[in-house]
Amino acid sequence: MNIHEYQAKSILKKYGCRIQEGLVAESADRALTAAKELKAETGTEWFVIKAQIHAGGRGKGKVQETGSNGVVLAKSLDEVPEKAKGILGGTLVTHQTGEEGKKVHKVLVAQDVYYPGESEPKEFYLSVLLDRAKGCNVIMASTEGGMDIEDVAEETPDKIFKEWVDPAAGLQGFQARKIAFALGLEGNAFKEMVKFIMSLYKAYEETDSSMFEINPVLKTSDNKILAVDAKVNLDDNALFRHKDLAEFRDITEEDPLEVEANAAGLNYVKLDGNVGCMVNGAGLAMATMDIIKLSGGEPANFLDVGGGANAETVEAGFRIILQDPNVKAILINIFGGIVRCDRVANGVVEAYKKIGDIDVPIIVRLQGTNAEEGAKIIEDSGLKVSSAIVLKDAAAKVKEVLS
Amino acid sequence: MMPYFCHQNFTIADMSVLVNKDSKVIVQGFTGSEGSFHAEQMIDYGTNVVGGVTPGKGGQSHLGKPVFNSVSDAVKETGADVSIIFVPPAFAADAIMEAADAGIKVVITITEGIPVKDMITVKEYISDKDVILIGPNCPGVITPGEAKVGIMPGFVFKKGKIGIVSKSGTLTYEAADQIVKADLGISTAIGIGGDPIIGTPTKDAVKMLMEDPDTDAIVMIGEIGGNYEAEAAKYIKETGNKKPVVGFIAGQTAPPGRRMGHAGAIIGGKDDTAEAKMKIMSECGIHVVKSPADIGETMKNALA
Repeated sequence: MNIHEYQAKSILKKYGCRIQEGLVAESADRALTAAKELKAETGTEWFVIKAQIHAGGRGKGKVQETGSNGVVLAKSLDEVPEKAKGILGGTLVTHQTGEEGKKVHKVLVAQDVYYPGESEPKEFYLSVLLDRAKGCNVIMASTEGGMDIEDVAEETPDKIFKEWVDPAAGLQGFQARKIAFALGLEGNAFKEMVKFIMSLYKAYEETDSSMFEINPVLKTSDNKILAVDAKVNLDDNALFRHKDLAEFRDITEEDPLEVEANAAGLNYVKLDGNVGCMVNGAGLAMATMDIIKLSGGEPANFLDVGGGANAETVEAGFRIILQDPNVKAILINIFGGIVRCDRVANGVVEAYKKIGDIDVPIIVRLQGTNAEEGAKIIEDSGLKVSSAIVLKDAAAKVKEVLS
Repeated sequence: MMPYFCHQNFTIADMSVLVNKDSKVIVQGFTGSEGSFHAEQMIDYGTNVVGGVTPGKGGQSHLGKPVFNSVSDAVKETGADVSIIFVPPAFAADAIMEAADAGIKVVITITEGIPVKDMITVKEYISDKDVILIGPNCPGVITPGEAKVGIMPGFVFKKGKIGIVSKSGTLTYEAADQIVKADLGISTAIGIGGDPIIGTPTKDAVKMLMEDPDTDAIVMIGEIGGNYEAEAAKYIKETGNKKPVVGFIAGQTAPPGRRMGHAGAIIGGKDDTAEAKMKIMSECGIHVVKSPADIGETMKNALA
């Protein structure tokens, strides 16, 4: 599960990481009040107004309606409401949102932390994530803060420093010191960075996160270390033991069809293609998407109905797929193991009749237990549904209906 | 760097990989609905299920088999050496470690949705123990005609000489079905699971089949995410391509950054894509199929 920057920062602060302080606002008025409170608390004269959406690249991204960037600087309290207005309610398009962009419901009004002082401010990169190959967590650090870490990895891999954490011992102080030294820090900034890294790792571990990315981490001109941005991904499978974090879910950030599918117990991901599909099992679902592509179409979705492919789940699946206007055909691919194909076939027919006029061709491929009986039920139903048993035949039929 | 866990010291004296007709199998989460349903199916298949574990229900009988309070009780009484786990995600890591502690040699975890942090702990815990963990989030292992320790439909898997390694459940059944329709059969099918952290990565499972005298060729089915397939492909090449391998990677059309059902099926970087994996596999001499419909036929041709 993804969460917003302001939520991620609240976790960091709770675990003892210094952050760029800020307050969240849903209107221009509230943004001004927030800025005033912030000024009283931190003494900041300038304010950074940051769109809160689940996507990166906000600073360079543009709000379609106003032309404003997704992150802007207000150099006085007076400028705050207008600058906030330029973002709030608008559609922000960044390199990560796709062309359709994301609607901005909230902004974070944050203190300015790039103030001048005894030394130059300097940005760093820090993240904690799972190293799947090694089966343990890894901390990645770089002096190239503020840049896309994938680009740094590509162009200057020697500028990325990695430290793996022993699952039994946990993160040790010497490891945090190694990272802070590798970043070239000294004095108070060094001490602060060590503490920051230890706190960051603790936050990552105790919240069951799958990623914590702080980019940039800033060394301020007075040698403090703080998080200017924060991107966090929580392990969905562990949310059952973090009721407080589960509340961070923002369904306005999710595709409405995905939310609906989720409520029906279906695993659905909306895609841009023209052939919908409904499959049992995640691997077979991806393989079915691949078949659609090889047959000349593009998958309109990923949809795993799971182990219980019955009339209810099939109906829910149909309804979700059919809401997508791009869908020109639907391929149902069920490998009946424990689930019997004749029952699935009856479910398909029942769901089809219940929904009424479905005007796109449907190909039902049933294989496994009672596959022949299933195919017969589909053929005899008199509906605009064709059946297949062998995967190759299903692929050929998709090709046929698309041509 | 961490000492990377590696347990290739498995020495089951008999033929066949991981499970066979002599395996003494216990079911953890025996009396729950999932455990009951699949235990019954396994018994019907002919798997030697010797009992089950449900803490607090020790001494009872279920499906005609004894129920034990702990895995160690079950091992003491029945000599069990294989365990299959249906325990809910919040308690599954505990169940795996209990099995390993009790001396079970092969632990097959069906449970889906175990937190990653728990699996890191599990991997660390079992790293110095003489146990092989299969899964989690997998369909299990079947050696046709001998033992089915999993949730797969047994009738699809006709006996033969082709081994299967797969991250996915129904795609394993699909592959087995195509193999059978190509007039071939299955030696052992290993569902390794679709989570980011699994007990037996692709390479280790492929190695078991490469060293199995009952296996002539291997079907290797992967997914987007992680580097297990690339690692397996390199192993296959380095060991001289001893047996033909047909490979498929699901998710050629999956977009980056979106989780495709399985917790592990997500494109995080360039090496995670189906394209990148298929390229490495081809370079390592694997017969890579673009369409999952071509697995059976390609295997037949590879053996011709």
